[in-house]
Amino acid sequence: MTSFYGLGALKGLIVTLRYLFRKPFTVEYPDEKLVPNPRFRGNSFVWYEDRCTGNGACAKACPLGIIRIVTHPTSRPDIGNLYAIDRFDIDTGRCMFCALCIEACPYDAVFMGNDFERATKTRDGLVIHKEDLVTGAKLPTQQFRPQLEAMEYKGEEELDQHEAGRWSL
Amino acid sequence: MPLNTEPILLNLGPHHPSTHGVFRLRLIMDGEIIEDAEPVMGYMHRGSEKLAEERTYTQIITLTDRLDWLSGMSNNLAYVRTVEKLSDVEVPERAQYIRVISVELMRIASHCMALGFLINDLGAFATPLMYMFREREKILDLLEMLCGARITFSYMRIGGISHDLPEEFLPALRDFVDQMPKHIDEYDELLTKNEIIQTRAKGQGLLSAQNAVDFGVTGPNLRASGVKWDLRKSDPYEVYDRFEFDIPVGDHGDNYDRYWVRLQEMRESLKIISQAMEQIPGGLTRANVPFFVHPPAGEAYSHIEAPKGHLGFYIVSDGTISPWRCKIRSPSFINLGALASMIIGSKLADVVVTFGSLDTILGEVDR
Repeated sequence: MTSFYGLGALKGLIVTLRYLFRKPFTVEYPDEKLVPNPRFRGNSFVWYEDRCTGNGACAKACPLGIIRIVTHPTSRPDIGNLYAIDRFDIDTGRCMFCALCIEACPYDAVFMGNDFERATKTRDGLVIHKEDLVTGAKLPTQQFRPQLEAMEYKGEEELDQHEAGRWSL
Repeated sequence: MPLNTEPILLNLGPHHPSTHGVFRLRLIMDGEIIEDAEPVMGYMHRGSEKLAEERTYTQIITLTDRLDWLSGMSNNLAYVRTVEKLSDVEVPERAQYIRVISVELMRIASHCMALGFLINDLGAFATPLMYMFREREKILDLLEMLCGARITFSYMRIGGISHDLPEEFLPALRDFVDQMPKHIDEYDELLTKNEIIQTRAKGQGLLSAQNAVDFGVTGPNLRASGVKWDLRKSDPYEVYDRFEFDIPVGDHGDNYDRYWVRLQEMRESLKIISQAMEQIPGGLTRANVPFFVHPPAGEAYSHIEAPKGHLGFYIVSDGTISPWRCKIRSPSFINLGALASMIIGSKLADVVVTFGSLDTILGEVDR
């Protein structure tokens, strides 16, 4: 115990006083943004239509079953027979961003994105449709994609399907 | 002439700022003194055990993150260890070291929050809590480097971990391990000798060693009562038998001891991390386990020393891709059983402090 009452509290106050003269640890968010780590599991997805075979591995791996895929068989002169993707919807309103779908995809078609500012006014707005994925920014993160780690890709510039995947069609 | 008064019933909660989650405490009050107390749980029941029965073994990892949301890594580890025991998987050594590092980081973060909110409940509004949030933030940054998430990690996999360490992780961890003792000293200077904390916390919420053992209390709460029992020493899992560390033990089992034990445990965790960093071998981080695991029919129980106490999983497999039963022995739920015996006879203002010192997370209580 201290020799007289209040000395311990006074010592504590000196600690807090020291912080007056230090640079704050926090940043002022909307003006200044922290850069997420390269493996960051953001609030968005990156999807390459030409890499996707519609096999549904991601939908099977999803713990919540929120990925909806509709395909029909067709053929293309440059590739041959394939399944065309009619729908590829991810309901991010229920998604918990565990990245199990990313791990399951054998063709590197789906990636986590690093966007985290996707607030909307309706629940339906949180569903990422195929059209959004096709036109969306192609800024994948390194989550379960060691080739991006080897490239030291940090998410600055957009990648096309040949750069992002491990092998190309 | 004595006043003839009826005891009154007081509902503390379900929404009370000091609870991590939704928890109700029915108190029978005689003036300001607690005569009887009954914890009422179940407001946060999400059916994790039932949900686990219709998910594959890999998918259940995502459910375990949400049990005790301040220590997702420990929950992951307890679960995957049970499945590994069930299906006889050998985990590569490097993966075991990385698991130990991440779990010990998680323990520091969890204890930071436990202390921060305990001090907050004691009335030191937000200043120590914000200091501890800052250190937790650094840990979450490190863990984000590992797995890309900050709270719901899903980092462990059956047979290893999902990602190897990134290149920049070990230098960043070294920086953290060098800085953190200074911050713990700072908490020490700020709080341990503080007269207000001493008068409020010493001798309050007494839990004797015998009572603690009888109630099945585990973790820092048990050690604060003077029982030297830590699964990392008494039933070593992963590679804990290769590290040297002490188990801090309290004397009286009051709120102050529970605070003190957690503060010391943070230092011990740092010791383990720095030893693990030096010993970490190269090699694989994941055993050859399929995405859809089929353990043989049977049952397994395995437990670890989570930040709150013994976290155990009991899994019954029928040989399919999802378990037949998944029972979670959550430390917070069992520790909460001792709460009533600790607060009867004390004043209402101390109830909140005692509850805070137990470090209960309601997501884990109700599951």
